[in-house]
Amino acid sequence: MPLLEVKNLQVRVEEREILHGLSLTVNKGEVHAIMGPNGSGKSTLSHVIAGKPGYEVTGGEILFKGEDLLGMAPDERAAKGVFLAFQYPVEIPGVATMTFLRTALNAQRKARGESEFSTPDFLKKVRSVAASLNIPQDMLRRGVNVGFSGGEKKRNEILQMALFEPSLCILDEMDSGLDIDALRVAADGVNALRSPERAMVVITHYQRLLNYIVPDFVHVMSKGRVVKSGGKELALELEASGYAQFEDAA
Amino acid sequence: MNVALAKTETGRMLNDIFAIAGDRLPGTGKVADRRRQAFDAYERAGLPHRRIEDWKYTDLRVLMRDVLPLAAAPDAAAMKRAAAALKLHAIEGVRRLVLVDGVFAPKLSETADLEKSLGIRTLREALEAGDTALHALLFAPENSDSMVALNSAMMTDGLVIEVADGAVLATPLHIVHIASGAAPAAMFTRSLLKVGNAAAATLVESYIAAGGAKAYQVHDSLVVSIGDGARLDHVRLIEDGREAFNISSAVLRLGAHAHFNTFGMTSGASVSRYQAVIAFAGEGSKVETNGVNLLNGRQHADTTLFLDHAVPNCASREIFRAVVEDRGHSVFQGRIIVRPKAQKTDAKMMTRALLLSDEAEADNKPELEIFADDVTCGHGATTGALDQSLLFYLRARGLSEKEAQALLIQAFVGEAIESIANDALRELAISAAQRWLAARG
Repeated sequence: MPLLEVKNLQVRVEEREILHGLSLTVNKGEVHAIMGPNGSGKSTLSHVIAGKPGYEVTGGEILFKGEDLLGMAPDERAAKGVFLAFQYPVEIPGVATMTFLRTALNAQRKARGESEFSTPDFLKKVRSVAASLNIPQDMLRRGVNVGFSGGEKKRNEILQMALFEPSLCILDEMDSGLDIDALRVAADGVNALRSPERAMVVITHYQRLLNYIVPDFVHVMSKGRVVKSGGKELALELEASGYAQFEDAA
Repeated sequence: MNVALAKTETGRMLNDIFAIAGDRLPGTGKVADRRRQAFDAYERAGLPHRRIEDWKYTDLRVLMRDVLPLAAAPDAAAMKRAAAALKLHAIEGVRRLVLVDGVFAPKLSETADLEKSLGIRTLREALEAGDTALHALLFAPENSDSMVALNSAMMTDGLVIEVADGAVLATPLHIVHIASGAAPAAMFTRSLLKVGNAAAATLVESYIAAGGAKAYQVHDSLVVSIGDGARLDHVRLIEDGREAFNISSAVLRLGAHAHFNTFGMTSGASVSRYQAVIAFAGEGSKVETNGVNLLNGRQHADTTLFLDHAVPNCASREIFRAVVEDRGHSVFQGRIIVRPKAQKTDAKMMTRALLLSDEAEADNKPELEIFADDVTCGHGATTGALDQSLLFYLRARGLSEKEAQALLIQAFVGEAIESIANDALRELAISAAQRWLAARG
C-alpha cells in the first residue's frame, strides 16, 4: 500500500479553483520533489494535506496509509504521522519552546495510545537532537520561534520533525529566506532523517535545494496539476530551461 | 413612579434586614451610629445602576436586584461542608484565617504561635473594644459608594491584622472566605491590614464555596495601610460558586518608599465586582497591580481600579487580561489621576481582552486625568480573537482544538501572572487558571 495517495484532487479557495485534479503517489522510503512556479498550487497541496482550514475540497481524495485523510482533524493527521514543515513558522510569544515540544509530543503519543514521555527522557531526547542541529539550549527556553532568525525557525521545524518521528514529512519551501550556510545545516538535518520507513515531499521553487536534499522523483506542477514527472535529472533540466515550457503546456 | 416604588420595596426589605440583623452586628455607641449613617447613605442611593458612571457596565439593579438576608451563623453542618471545601483549596506554608458564611472560624484557622510582631483580631472583637482610632480606620471607606456604605452598615466579621514596624513576615497570611451554601444568604465582611514602617507581609485572599452552594452574596471590603519603606504582596482569587455574587471593595494607602504588588484573578462567581482605590501618600513608592478575568457561560466580572497619584515620584503599572467565552462579560475600568503636585509620576496601564465567541463582551475603560506637567503616563487597550494561524500551527503539531486554545490562553494571561513577585503565589495563580482551563474540557 502506498504511504500517500492523492487522487484527482480538486481544491477551491473562496470561489477560485486552485488544484484542478492533482494526483500523486508516494511510497515509504521515497523522497519526492515538487517544483513549480509561484501560484502553481504547491503550497495549497501541502496545506490541504496538513488540514489547514480555509480550503474547500470539491473533488478527489487523499489516502494516508489507506485511510481517508480529508476526514481527519489536523491533530489526528499529526498523530497518524503527517508532518508539515511550515514555509513561515509562526511566532508564539509566551509559550516556551520546551513546553510546546513536550505538549505536542505527548498529545500525539496519547492520541496513538502510547504512554507519555517522562521529563528526563524527554529532555535527553530534545537535547541530543538540538545539539545535532546546532540549536543552542537558550533557544529552547524562549517563546516558540520568538526572535528566531529565518535559519533558526527552519531548524526548529526540523527539530520537531526529528522529535515527532513522522512517517510523512512535507517540507514547504524550506529554502526560502535561508543563506547557503543555513540551508546546508537544515538540509543535513533533513538528510539525517531519511529512512526506509519515512517519505518526504520537498516543495521548492528552486533547484538549488535539491543539490542538498537529493530526490528520488521530481514532479513539475503548473496551474494546479502535475504536468511532468521524472527522476532527479528533471530538476536540472528545469534549471536550464525554466518553467515557461510547462506553463504553455498546462 | 414605578422606579420609585421598586426602590422603596427593595429599601424596605433591606431596612428589615438591617433591623433584624441588629443584634448580630457587633459594636455599640459610636459604632452603631456609624452603621446607621452608612445605612442611611445606602438607602438614599439604593443599588448602583448604569447611570452612575463608576457602575456603568455593572448595573446591580438588573443583575442582583435584591440584597439577600444576612447569613445565619454557621452551624456544625455548615462548618463540616466548609472544611471539606477548604481541603480542595488549601495552600501549604501559609497562616490560614478562615471566614465561614462571613464569620471567623477559629477551628479552621491557625492563630496559635503568632509571631511577636503580628497581631490578629477578629473584626467583631475590634468593633466591640473601645479603640476609637481603630474604629475610625475601619470606617475609613467612604459612604459615597452605596455598596461600600452597605458593607459599613452590615459588616459582621473579618480580620484585623497588624504587622509591627520593621517586621518581615516569613509566612503569608491567607484569608479564605467560604460560603457553606446552607441557604441563599448574604455575608458582609471587612478586614484591615496595617503593615508597619519597613515591614513586609504577604496576603492571599480566596473566595470559595462548599460543593453544591447555590445563590449567595459576598459583600467584602479591605482596608490596607502600607507604612514607609514597607512592602505588601497581595493576591486575590475569586473562585466563588457559579451562582454567587461577589461585591468587594478595597481602600489602600501607601506611605513613602513603599511597594505594593497585587494580582487579582476572577474565574468564579456569576457576577463579581472588585473596586479598589490605591492612594500614594508618600514619595518614592511603587505599585504593580495586575489582573486576569477568565469568564464563560454568562459570567460577569468587573474590575474597577483607581490609582491616586497625589505626591511626586511614584510609579504605577497596571496589566490586565480578560479571556471571555460564551456570553461572558468582562469589565475593566482603570482610572489614574495625577494631581498637580505629583510631578515625576510614572504611570502605565495596559489592558487586553481575548474574545473566544461572537457573543462574548469585554469593556475596557482606561481614564487618565493628569494635572501635573512633568510626568510619564500611558495606557493601551486591545480586544481580539485567538490568532487562527497560531491555532493551526499547534493543531498541525498534534494538539486538539481545546489543547491549542488552552496553551494560547495561558500565554495570553501569562504576562499578568508573571508579574506576581512571589514564586509560591505565582504557582497558586497558575493552578487557579489551569482549573478554569480544565473545566472548559
